[in-house]
Amino acid sequence: MELSGLAFYLVSVLIAGGIYAILCLALNIQWGMGGLFNAGIAGFFAVGAYTSAILTTAPSTRHLGGFDLPIPVGLLVAGLVAGLTGAAVAKICVRLKSDYLAMASIGIAETLRLIIVNEAWLTNGSLGIAGIPRPFGDLATGRSSDILYLAVVWAIVIAVYVLSQRLYDSPWGRTLRAIRDNEASARAAGKDVERFRLQTFVIGAAIMGVAGALSAHYFKFLSPSATEPLLVTFLVWVMLMAGGSGNNKGAILGAVAIWFIWSATEILTSRLPPEWITRSSYIRMLLVGLLLQFVLQKFRSGLIPEKSPKTHHPD
Amino acid sequence: MNEIITFINLYLVPGLTIGSVYALGAVGISMIFGILRFAHFAHGDLMTIGGYGVLTAIWLIPVNPLLLLPFGIVLAIVAALAVDRFFYKPLRDLPTIYTVIASFGVALIFRSLAQLFWSSGNQVFQSGVRRPLVLFDTFRISALHAQVIVLTILIAIALHLFLTRSKTGRSMRAVSDDPELAAVAGLDTEKVVRWTWIIGAALAATAGVFAGMDTSMHPNLGWNLLLPMFAAAILGGIGKPMGAIAGGLIIGIAEETLTYTWFGPDPLIAPSYKSAVAFLIMVGLLIFRPQGLFKGRLL
Repeated sequence: MELSGLAFYLVSVLIAGGIYAILCLALNIQWGMGGLFNAGIAGFFAVGAYTSAILTTAPSTRHLGGFDLPIPVGLLVAGLVAGLTGAAVAKICVRLKSDYLAMASIGIAETLRLIIVNEAWLTNGSLGIAGIPRPFGDLATGRSSDILYLAVVWAIVIAVYVLSQRLYDSPWGRTLRAIRDNEASARAAGKDVERFRLQTFVIGAAIMGVAGALSAHYFKFLSPSATEPLLVTFLVWVMLMAGGSGNNKGAILGAVAIWFIWSATEILTSRLPPEWITRSSYIRMLLVGLLLQFVLQKFRSGLIPEKSPKTHHPD
Repeated sequence: MNEIITFINLYLVPGLTIGSVYALGAVGISMIFGILRFAHFAHGDLMTIGGYGVLTAIWLIPVNPLLLLPFGIVLAIVAALAVDRFFYKPLRDLPTIYTVIASFGVALIFRSLAQLFWSSGNQVFQSGVRRPLVLFDTFRISALHAQVIVLTILIAIALHLFLTRSKTGRSMRAVSDDPELAAVAGLDTEKVVRWTWIIGAALAATAGVFAGMDTSMHPNLGWNLLLPMFAAAILGGIGKPMGAIAGGLIIGIAEETLTYTWFGPDPLIAPSYKSAVAFLIMVGLLIFRPQGLFKGRLL
């Protein structure tokens, strides 16, 4: 591989890594700060991806719209629709033990997948939506367009990071952590636990929707297979646990590190004989599953553990 | 009259069959939730492992797969006890949500092992056309469906006797109702946990074979059944194995009969949306009656 090829490859890994970092930051708001288990990341990701794709593509007879709207509108509405979906799920489950939220979030993800596959008038079914525009698409083409998109994705990563950091340090974030660590005492202090949990879940789901939209604009094409629960949901969980749940820097580091390992092993295994290539993808899945177990048992605080902000004691 | 026969042959009996699969899977989920206090996300994939155990046995001994059930059951029990020992037990002192995450990972491990050792494609237990049983010249029921329904009834009776008559079964119910009291009373909690896995895995393997025989074996078989089984466990009430069986049958029948042409020529719910029925039932339960029909625990 020549040098420019390698650089090009690096750009593509960093774009996908950035999208994973956004997902990981979103999950960190839900799980790391709020202690809420979301097993349906793929569902919120898909809602965002399809919303933005339908809003920004040129009019087409194959699916609803397209409405040819500007991409920022697509991203915003993607977040809004994913957030509303999250609100519907969370509203039902926040008063129950977190296991119920886990079960319902799997349910919403599976049901959304059914809708995406079956409602061809809306999504063009399994054939997918093509011709999704990329931001600054008329300014640059080919590789320079990828580099521009890399900047767009990482600008959003930084924006989400700043937002998460502000949330974490705010009175709202402190209340959330108090609820996570000791629900009974937070309740006794008069905090409306259900409302805080609902807000947490909705904010996380909305950001997941934006990440989904970004991935649709990156690939310019969207089909139901893009929302494969394995790649989206499992990988994001492993990334956050390895990076350090509760820490926003950890979430980004975990996403980028795990995505680099995942992509690097793909290069290694692509040199294997064909009958081994399919097998090696199962071995990679197996290793990701084992990595999650290892992190849960021996490395729970992750690469960058959570650090509570300094408390200010007035003397 | 003809319509009633069609309804029974094409909707009710298949509903009872898939309901039996859900029922047997939901028993394990309900017992594990009741005793170990966590939603077991790898239960569907445990079914897959059991199914492949029987599929392998059939390559060596080509007889009716139902006779080879013990091979699948043993494989699933070994798998369940191993993951409990290595992946769930070390997390038992932490909040149970960590065990839920671990089981999510175990689901992935089981599935990738199934893809690695068997294949990622569809495989059938027996090929060839099977002639349905014809009763009274009107009911046409596939032999497999009849076998599945009868075996599920027998398993339900045996399970009921075990839980109400045997010492182990009674300790299991005691731990499920009140773990602290059970521990104070000197019940061997580890033994109860072990038996929970043994029974849960045995029934999961059986359900996996039933599901695989009804359609075909593939690595996602169990994962695709997880949602209706969770719904069945909640419907029956967490910690109520008999409730889980009823819940599974209800959801199976609901899924199939809602695709019947109740009003006009179109099915009430398009068959492609069958699996959303379980989700709607789950949502309704969580809103109006999270403790389930039979007053299960609300954890």
